[in-house]
Amino acid sequence: MTTEHTASAPPATTGGAAPRPDSEKAEGPSPQERKRIERRSRWYRWDLKFSPYAFISPFFLFFAAFGLFPLLYTGWAALHQASMVNPNEMEWVGFDNFSRLWNDEFFWNALRNTFTIGIISTVPQLLMALGLAHVLNYRMRGSMAFRVAMLTPYATSVAAATLVFAMLYGRDYGMINWALDLVGIDPVNWEAGTWTSQFAISTIVIWRWTGYNTLIYLAAMQAVPNDLYESASLDGASRWQQFRHVTIPALRPTILFTVVVSTIGATQLFGEPYLLAGSENGGAQSQYQTLGLYMYETGWFNLHLGRAAAIAWTMFLLLIVIGILYWVLTRLVGKSNGEEA
Amino acid sequence: MATAPVITPDTAEELDPPPPGRGGRKRRGGAGQAGGHLRAGWLSYVILIVFGLGSVLPLLWSAIAASHSNARLAEPTPPFWFGGRLFSNLETAWTDAHMGTAMINTIFVAGTITVSTVLFATLAGFAFAKLRFRAKNLLLLLVIGTMMVPPQLTVVPLFMAIAELEWTGQLQAVILPTMVSAFGVFFMRQYLVQALPSELIEAARVDGANSLRVVWHVVFPAARPAMAVLGMLTFVAAWNEFFWPIIALTQQNPTVQVALTGLGQGYVPDRGVIMAGAFLGTLPLLVAFVLFGKQIVGGIMHGALKG
Repeated sequence: MTTEHTASAPPATTGGAAPRPDSEKAEGPSPQERKRIERRSRWYRWDLKFSPYAFISPFFLFFAAFGLFPLLYTGWAALHQASMVNPNEMEWVGFDNFSRLWNDEFFWNALRNTFTIGIISTVPQLLMALGLAHVLNYRMRGSMAFRVAMLTPYATSVAAATLVFAMLYGRDYGMINWALDLVGIDPVNWEAGTWTSQFAISTIVIWRWTGYNTLIYLAAMQAVPNDLYESASLDGASRWQQFRHVTIPALRPTILFTVVVSTIGATQLFGEPYLLAGSENGGAQSQYQTLGLYMYETGWFNLHLGRAAAIAWTMFLLLIVIGILYWVLTRLVGKSNGEEA
Repeated sequence: MATAPVITPDTAEELDPPPPGRGGRKRRGGAGQAGGHLRAGWLSYVILIVFGLGSVLPLLWSAIAASHSNARLAEPTPPFWFGGRLFSNLETAWTDAHMGTAMINTIFVAGTITVSTVLFATLAGFAFAKLRFRAKNLLLLLVIGTMMVPPQLTVVPLFMAIAELEWTGQLQAVILPTMVSAFGVFFMRQYLVQALPSELIEAARVDGANSLRVVWHVVFPAARPAMAVLGMLTFVAAWNEFFWPIIALTQQNPTVQVALTGLGQGYVPDRGVIMAGAFLGTLPLLVAFVLFGKQIVGGIMHGALKG
């Protein structure tokens, strides 16, 4: 483009400056110039029309190749028997993979574990984050230092965090059993028990994500107009009342957002249970095997890719059901609040 | 998600990550004051110190454990201060647990992913923010929708594909599927809607700039602060990416998370070395957090308001 302009710029008239089709036209161009201007304005229109598509196409091309196509193909694969040994030879089995899941006690076990670990990791995490954000929202010294400190777990990968916590929770040499011993409690075999192992996994999740959610709540709290608090305190509202009646209602959309994101994260929980003892079955009795881990075991250890695809789709459907549930709940809450006001 | 926090343009403007080096402190101070309606009491400091220590201590302890021998870590009382084996443990982790290869591989993988994500997200974000084209809203909705798709739903076909291409164990298998991000597109769009005045684009067009020149001379300079934030968030995410790499790669040519998984499965049965690996694999991001902590905190808070 650029070279074309400079090479064919009309002598002296516009001094070879930036091409302005309109101003040049006014000077009564020669036939050749008119042709060139026409070509240029055609190029200009073409550029305006198609460059948006050029700008979005890299994203959509990659998304189509590595997102949309695999997504749909997973649905197709879920209807086939496909073995890891020969992944591209698939045999049509209809909904057998799904009906097999229905009768699979390991699937229900994993579903149950995903649910309980999800609850005991998400609920305390978000409550703590809300409280911490409230505290951080006060005027104070070293606020930024606290924020950075609480965000360091976010920099720690699932793998590194789980390795560290697995050692802290170790039966024989772990720091936590040592501390329990100090106060006279017998050592706990954290990994072996159902509740203890799920508790341990939840603490890893809570440790990694509380600081992150705190910052999200803090950002929303800082956007609450100050005069709301001022008028509340003029009305004699205590700090707790202000938190309850000013902060929480203003944060409702943000809270919903974090609940949704945490739910998505909880249904996909994989690395923590995988690395707690480094085995894909989630404990000797599968006591902390999650759906994500069960899918991995099915596909890459038991070599049933079709069944793994069926588990993936089941997880997705589960998310959609939960999403609809949340949507209905928020509508109900919004309605009841509207009636109050 | 798009409809989450509702805020006015003024407050959002205030919380935008300030351009590096120019008056950042002043603007941030202003934003803090708007929320800081009360002075913190001593209890607030106690709470924050407890949680701050809780966040940092496990990492510190991994460094302490990394400086002891396996035998020392098997004594009834765990160590509370650094021993003398840090460097030998780091060395063992670096060579025997492939952490050296893993670190170099991960720098390459995360670097490539970051550059391409930021570039493509800025281009698409600009188009969605400022250009007019057909089906724009529908496509934007599609972008937002793809943020919800769980990774489990794509790994089976992706695995079949890389098995067919014989890419298993090769780095392009983990780079290519992660080169764009829907979150990135949405993030850049939300930023550019406000930060890039349409008059500026008009002016450049009147001066005869084509779209590529507009992007280079107008969009990129305006987007730079958000590009930096998105780059940092993307790098952290790519460095810590876990699920797909352990499927696609092997212990012979791992990324950091794959090598750590090997350590977790008893690849090297020495607790000191395992902790050395965990610490080593986190160290680059920790250094980045110490250097750019403020910007990363600002970026997450900014992204939260826009998300």
